Amino acid sequence: MSESINTTTTAKESGKSLQDLIRSNGTFLALIALIVINMLITPNFLQLQTLYVNLTQVATIAIVALGMTMVIASGGIDLSVGAVMALSGALAPYIFLSDFGVANPTMGLVLAILIGLLAGLVCGMFNGFLINQFAIQPIVATLVLFIAARGLAQVLTNGNLQVFDNPAFEFLGTGRILGLPFQALAAVVLALALSWVVRRTSYGRYLLAVGGNPKAANLSGISVNRVRLLTYAICGVLAGFAGMVVSAINSASDANQTGQLMELDAIAAAVVGGASLMGGKAPIIGALIGACIIQLVKYTLLANGVHDAVALIAKAVIIILAVYVQLNRAE
Amino acid sequence: MEATPVLRMTSIDKSFGGIPALSNASLTIRPGEVHALIGQNGAGKSTMIKILNGAYKKDAGDIELDGNPVQFGSPHEAQLGGVSTIFQEVNLVHYRSVTENIVLGQEPKKFGLIDWPAAHRRAQEVLMRFGLDIDVHKPLHSYNIAIQQLIAIARAVSFDARLVIMDEPTSSLDEQEKQVLFKVIRDLSAENVAVLYVSHHLDELFAVCDRVTVMRNGQMIATHDIADVSKIGLVSEMIGRDANQIAKAGATGFGHNHAGGDKVVLELQSLSNGTSVQDASLIVHQGEIVGLAGLLGSGRTETVSMIFGADQPAGGTIRFKGKPGAFRQPAQAINAGIGYCTEDRKAEGIIPGLSIRENLTLALLPRLASRGIIPRATERELVDDFIAKLGIKTAGMEQPIRELSGGNQQKVLLARWLATEPELLILDEPTRGIDVGAKREIQALIEGLSQSGLSVLMISSEFEELIEGANRVVVLQEGKTVTTLEKDNLTEDSLLAAVAGHVDVAAE
Amino acid sequence: MFGFFDRSRDLRTEGVWIAVIIVVLFASLRYDNFLSLYNVQTFFAYNSMFILIALGMALVIMTGGIDLSVGSVVALSSVVAAYASPYGIQVALPAGLLTGMAAGAINAFVITRMRIVPFIATLAMMLGARGMALVLADNKSVSVDWTSNFTKFGLTRVFGVIPWAVIIAAIVFIAFWVILEKTTLGRRILTIGGNPEAAKLMGVPVNRTLAITYVLSGGCAGLAGVILASGFGAGQPLEGLGWELSAIASVVVGGTLLTGGVGSIPATLAGAVLLGLIFNILNFENGQGQISLSAYWQSVIRGAFLLIVVVLQSNKGGSLFRRKAGQPTAEKP
Repeated sequence: MSESINTTTTAKESGKSLQDLIRSNGTFLALIALIVINMLITPNFLQLQTLYVNLTQVATIAIVALGMTMVIASGGIDLSVGAVMALSGALAPYIFLSDFGVANPTMGLVLAILIGLLAGLVCGMFNGFLINQFAIQPIVATLVLFIAARGLAQVLTNGNLQVFDNPAFEFLGTGRILGLPFQALAAVVLALALSWVVRRTSYGRYLLAVGGNPKAANLSGISVNRVRLLTYAICGVLAGFAGMVVSAINSASDANQTGQLMELDAIAAAVVGGASLMGGKAPIIGALIGACIIQLVKYTLLANGVHDAVALIAKAVIIILAVYVQLNRAE
Repeated sequence: MEATPVLRMTSIDKSFGGIPALSNASLTIRPGEVHALIGQNGAGKSTMIKILNGAYKKDAGDIELDGNPVQFGSPHEAQLGGVSTIFQEVNLVHYRSVTENIVLGQEPKKFGLIDWPAAHRRAQEVLMRFGLDIDVHKPLHSYNIAIQQLIAIARAVSFDARLVIMDEPTSSLDEQEKQVLFKVIRDLSAENVAVLYVSHHLDELFAVCDRVTVMRNGQMIATHDIADVSKIGLVSEMIGRDANQIAKAGATGFGHNHAGGDKVVLELQSLSNGTSVQDASLIVHQGEIVGLAGLLGSGRTETVSMIFGADQPAGGTIRFKGKPGAFRQPAQAINAGIGYCTEDRKAEGIIPGLSIRENLTLALLPRLASRGIIPRATERELVDDFIAKLGIKTAGMEQPIRELSGGNQQKVLLARWLATEPELLILDEPTRGIDVGAKREIQALIEGLSQSGLSVLMISSEFEELIEGANRVVVLQEGKTVTTLEKDNLTEDSLLAAVAGHVDVAAE
Repeated sequence: MFGFFDRSRDLRTEGVWIAVIIVVLFASLRYDNFLSLYNVQTFFAYNSMFILIALGMALVIMTGGIDLSVGSVVALSSVVAAYASPYGIQVALPAGLLTGMAAGAINAFVITRMRIVPFIATLAMMLGARGMALVLADNKSVSVDWTSNFTKFGLTRVFGVIPWAVIIAAIVFIAFWVILEKTTLGRRILTIGGNPEAAKLMGVPVNRTLAITYVLSGGCAGLAGVILASGFGAGQPLEGLGWELSAIASVVVGGTLLTGGVGSIPATLAGAVLLGLIFNILNFENGQGQISLSAYWQSVIRGAFLLIVVVLQSNKGGSLFRRKAGQPTAEKP
């Protein structure tokens, strides 16, 4: 409890003006503004159904955006998340639909999910390895799996839709806990967990140090390479999980479509949430809010009969504005 | 009557954010002379150059070139106007051919397209003026730095330069390459092209310069004919004291009671990194403050970064607490009980976006955290403790470190290392860029630490700090330990002489 | 030709050419129809689009930048060209081209004026152009006007042999080659990529040069869009997904450094051809029924290919295998 006293006194001392408030909570205020606008103009906005639809859709973006935020905090970027989603999303059904999986349903399911996560882990570590070992720029290094991981998923499924009927697995995408979509709760729990990791663990501190000043981090005894490897691994695992959620929602895996353009949504959510592409900041909760903003903009446009492609243009404008505002704030 | 000077800079003022970098600085260069500009770090040399070549705008003052007032908007404009700058890092394009690097911006053309054969011929001609017969088709990086530098000079001359500014041109040249460069400088001079030569290697000035101007604290101290001065005289002007003016006791925060036991904590024998450090040897006993002195480029920072495992030695031995062997990573050195406060706080010290708390405990985390989790209460207690003990002025431990003053940042960084309870603390220019009050506090702090048994290896360019603070000062020159001054014969005179290179004087 | 172009002796481009030759030899021995007029025509007609965007991408990458928007811009300009098709190719082609250049100009504005890194700026354009294409096309393909000369452009062949698309790609190829090797603009592009600081000191107008480069890249994508629309008889708002990556891969395989400053237009062509050949061979291989590699292996193989190239290009990877072009080698005169 002592800390809350501490922080309030600091806040009082610095005497925050309204401008400061907007500056530091701009993302959150934007989300509130969006909700208010929707209440005014969007028909049937304040209905449970609307909430479910949005929560279901935003969860996967949010989960991937969490990992992306960590990677961006380390000073990197991960373009492969969408492709990794496709791979894990195709792998898991492949396992529980296999002879072994059919013979041992429980074992098969556990194994399917574990292997889906493992695939994400391996992909993430591969990215980290390339970046560490060969000093390849992250954009380029993760481009390799961007191309190849989706290819692997397509090879695995021969490019076909893999339809399945497995209620236990489908729980990942359609299950409800306390009336809320499972994956939305998962996103929130993951965000809280990662936010805790960033604030409370050595790794979290190292992550920010490596992104903020790699030279100083190294001279403070931090193994920059190990931190990077772990960060890309986390991002990969989260992408793998999100991929399985998408398959579960559709009761089918679609290696061609799963995670398509997800890397852009995730980067956009992270940047809107306050991540700096220079690294050194990991606004995990911000990413969650950023994902909600992007989802809600899309929903607002759709629900008001605007062409759904306009949402893409809106997203483009949001990305540019978010980065631009951030650049000018830094100066 | 003297001939019209090629350059006359009069009463130049320049300040950055209210802090003056140059005040009333004037400089006159005669046609065809080689004029040296020297001074310590932060004396204002590079500001002077940048104002001259248009990289900075002056606040006040006049610049005349060949008697005509000029004001360049950019280094490129200056080059077109006859003032070319050869930068410390050769500012050419490594992957492109020698020809391109010379002719870019004035390519010979035929029918609107670049005429490469003519371009190669022109590049070759320009280089031949300096007796340099190389394949101009090859990319720049296939030649060594010395040749690259000559190519940069050739480019400058091809723009009909009246004045060539050379900023530390010899920093990466070997002896033979230096001689080639000096010959080119003399050739330029013979062609009536003046050279403004910025260097901290005093020997070179005597080899190649006609006159020398000394700067200190943004002011011009003196200009001499090179024949009229000695190295020792130049150094004392750079440092700002002369043999007659002994510092008053208590000019620093150091006391005069130096402890120090017999136990050897650190021993370097003929340490070398293959380039800037050749033969560095020193000993630090427990509880001692050992100073490491030398001019810029003498290899001080490079030496300590090998001790800390940030760089790997190419030869010699490091012995820490009796155990031989170099650390492969800073983490190992920290584990063994070494802390290292770097010279460049911004680039190598602080994590700007993180708070005081987060910066302070960064090196301690492996020991502070249990199973990777940082115990919050313990961390806060520890940080509170250090804030109080070191007198860090802050709105609170959650304030981002970048908002602190230099002195307070330095205290946080000191605390970062003190928190790890090291046995040896390496300090690289611990009080540079810090206001006087905080300086004394930090000096007193270092003294107190040494008395409680901490061994300190301190790089400093401030003589007072070394003389009052150190038990012993090791002097490096060109990467070699030239002398070690014990407390008994550690005076302004002896230190000055040793740093300037008169070892024999110092030994007496 | 020798001496006309100042070939940088540093850039090793033999490798990619040798690879092309080996692949062609292998394929022509293995498949009867590989060197048939039909296959060669189809190959180049189809790949001319990839060659075009790779060429534009090459210039951008040489400045040290990247253009992620080309795939979407292809789609957008194919839609615009389809709408303009009733007025004939003489209108539709400039319309598509200008659409692409406009997208490039917006990229240039965001990069040089708003100071947003090329990666983010062109990523936003990737979304924006795609959205615009879908809006204009109302989410479906836009049929071209079959009565005008627009589709003839896609179907007829010059001298009865060479498809128009190939002619366009060839013109752009030669133009870019000359620009890069023989004009001040080309040298400026390489100088900016090689050392932006030095470029400024040498008086290179950095912003203007960058802007021209992005507009050229957009223009290439615009032309590819016109070819797409005329070749397939429709504006395709959903086409071009991932094409930017093919283009980047072609450029990298051609030896151009992603950090900028070094690059070759002919080698970029070779890179694009090599990647195209891999597809072509997989088709033949499947056609022969010897193996049944699904078309999806292409992505995996492309990824593996890119991996090998970037590892070889990286300092550490390069030194494992050969003396790297980028490493300074001291030499005394």
